[in-house]
Amino acid sequence: MSGHFSAENIGHGTPGHAPRPETDHQPSQFSFDADSETQIAAILAKYPEGREASGVIPLLYVAQKQMGRQTGSAWVPRVAMDVIAARLNMPPIRVYEVATFYLMFNTKPVGRYHLQVCTTTPCWLRGSDDIVSACKKAAGLKAFEETSADGLFTMTEVECLGACANAPILQVNDDYYEDLDAERTVALIEALKRGEAPERGPTIDRFNSAPVGGRTTLLDEPNTNHADGQPGVMPTVEPGAV
Amino acid sequence: MLSDKDRIFTNIYGQNDWRLAGARKRGDWDNTAAILARGRDAIVNEMKASNLRGRGGAGFPTGLKWSFMPKNSDGRPAYLVINGDESEPGTCKDREILRHEPHKLIESALIASFAMGAHTSYIYIRGEFFNEARHLQIAIDEAYDAGLIGRNACGSGWDFDFHIHRGAGAYICGEETALLESLEGKKGMPRMKPPFPAAMGLYGCPTTVNNVESIAVASTILRRGGAWFSALGRPNNAGTKLMAISGHVNRPCVVEEELGVPMREIIEKHAGGVRGGWDNLLAVIPGGCSVPVLPASTCATVLMDYDSLRAERSGLGTAGMIVMDKSTDIIRAIARFSRFFKHESCGQCTPCREGTGWMMRMMYRMVEGRAEPEEIDMLDQVTRQVEGHTICALGDAAAWPIQGLIRHFRPEMEARIAQYKQAHGLSGLAPTPENLPIPVAAE
Repeated sequence: MSGHFSAENIGHGTPGHAPRPETDHQPSQFSFDADSETQIAAILAKYPEGREASGVIPLLYVAQKQMGRQTGSAWVPRVAMDVIAARLNMPPIRVYEVATFYLMFNTKPVGRYHLQVCTTTPCWLRGSDDIVSACKKAAGLKAFEETSADGLFTMTEVECLGACANAPILQVNDDYYEDLDAERTVALIEALKRGEAPERGPTIDRFNSAPVGGRTTLLDEPNTNHADGQPGVMPTVEPGAV
Repeated sequence: MLSDKDRIFTNIYGQNDWRLAGARKRGDWDNTAAILARGRDAIVNEMKASNLRGRGGAGFPTGLKWSFMPKNSDGRPAYLVINGDESEPGTCKDREILRHEPHKLIESALIASFAMGAHTSYIYIRGEFFNEARHLQIAIDEAYDAGLIGRNACGSGWDFDFHIHRGAGAYICGEETALLESLEGKKGMPRMKPPFPAAMGLYGCPTTVNNVESIAVASTILRRGGAWFSALGRPNNAGTKLMAISGHVNRPCVVEEELGVPMREIIEKHAGGVRGGWDNLLAVIPGGCSVPVLPASTCATVLMDYDSLRAERSGLGTAGMIVMDKSTDIIRAIARFSRFFKHESCGQCTPCREGTGWMMRMMYRMVEGRAEPEEIDMLDQVTRQVEGHTICALGDAAAWPIQGLIRHFRPEMEARIAQYKQAHGLSGLAPTPENLPIPVAAE
């Protein structure tokens, strides 16, 4: 899967060097595969007739995921944007606008593992500088936006990931790794290098966003959703009954 | 403080099954048809009686918002759009609802949509919440399969469709009209108001946009009554609220608490206290990064609710508390927020597009101390030229943290400037852009 992009054509250049021309890595063709077509059918069914343009963000995701499946690098080439424009009856420029406005669309190739480090204040207060350093060291990177020589890692600085009670956070592709420190970040990246898929979520002994050491609330787990606040279920609609 | 029997989100940590079977055991989907049978007006009135205020940050009364939707359709469909673009730094509460209480959200969305005459609801979830959206989608599929939503939802005679729409990494899409633009397939640039979404929202149709938490509490309010909810908290600050405590505390967490509880009590009881003890506290940002910072002296007594925090010239916002101990470089902490807003400005309005850059650059000079003391007032003035001069509140949100910093930590800023001068042997003016390379519009 990763063979398609060599280290040579996946690089973005280093700071101080002019980036390579876009055409360097832009494929000349793109078409959705069967998997993607199934997803597209489900997506377009969500929006009213004549409002297909609502599908532009979802279809950009579908294209990016497909590139990930096919090439090991999840990004959206320009030709895929043109295909989406044609599919949604939109002028191509409207798709380019959306693809470049939203941070999560990669308009250049990225490594197989996209390391998205949150450095906004809540993560910074809990040591995100250490996470950035650890990513650089373990993945072999000098700066943000760089891709490692082996094509495995690209590191991006991202803004708040919305999981501040589990800071600091590193998002790898779709998964959040939480409550990190430098050591556990290095261990995570080493595991990824070995082709493992470490379990997402807190990297310390902690249950989701509950306090370390255990909950301070919901200790006897009452059921509060009934009119009288008393436990007990009064199901009137059984699954499949209607 | 809130007792367990009055908590709405009883599976907030995902300690039990979040899927349909588990949700039913907790009372979700319990005779929902009976709630709908009360009728649209009764539901809206119950929500009004609950005195629930919007949980996304602005605090607008939810029941009142629902009542703005047209009673009789002019032929256009109506929409409920749920705002799950949770991106305000310090805020991580809707994530817990999406992944651990998805059925409470879906059931409440059905009730809210019915009360507003909407047969379709979209939830806009920030793109990074991939796994959270996946949980919700599984729950939606379960609800369709069980006949709880879809045609004749819960046997009520009401047809209801619920769809997820994922965003793609833009904080501005948490602004309701930017969210609608994004949902329509455009760049997330806020719209001028009026027209308000209730008259012309999604696809030009009547639309209400509510935060995930504001919607998710509706089913419980309707089961237990508006009076029950309203009796919790304080007058005009009713009910329970999901709160998050992050930063320099011993045990950061998300927790549901009653409004009007002292901030100190919440931090000490649920988050294990400030790292190094309460006396080591420097400041708290009480409700996501947009609201002004409060110094430790205020934090010792202030109550966590809309009006108490407003009286201290801050705000409840999303109730995501960012706690900072005395080791914090407070100027840098706030400067990082200026960088955040610079990054997230959509670029539509000049004061925000340019002003967030000015503020960020001045703030990073303040971090170094490479400034003149008079420039603190100039910075304050810049914030006031951005505030109130933009289509949406992002400009205001970028201005407020800096205003809070200047209000409470001016001596620290002045000391930093003096320190810089001393270190560089300067007695008069600090180096200016003419003799130092300062990026002006290059970052």
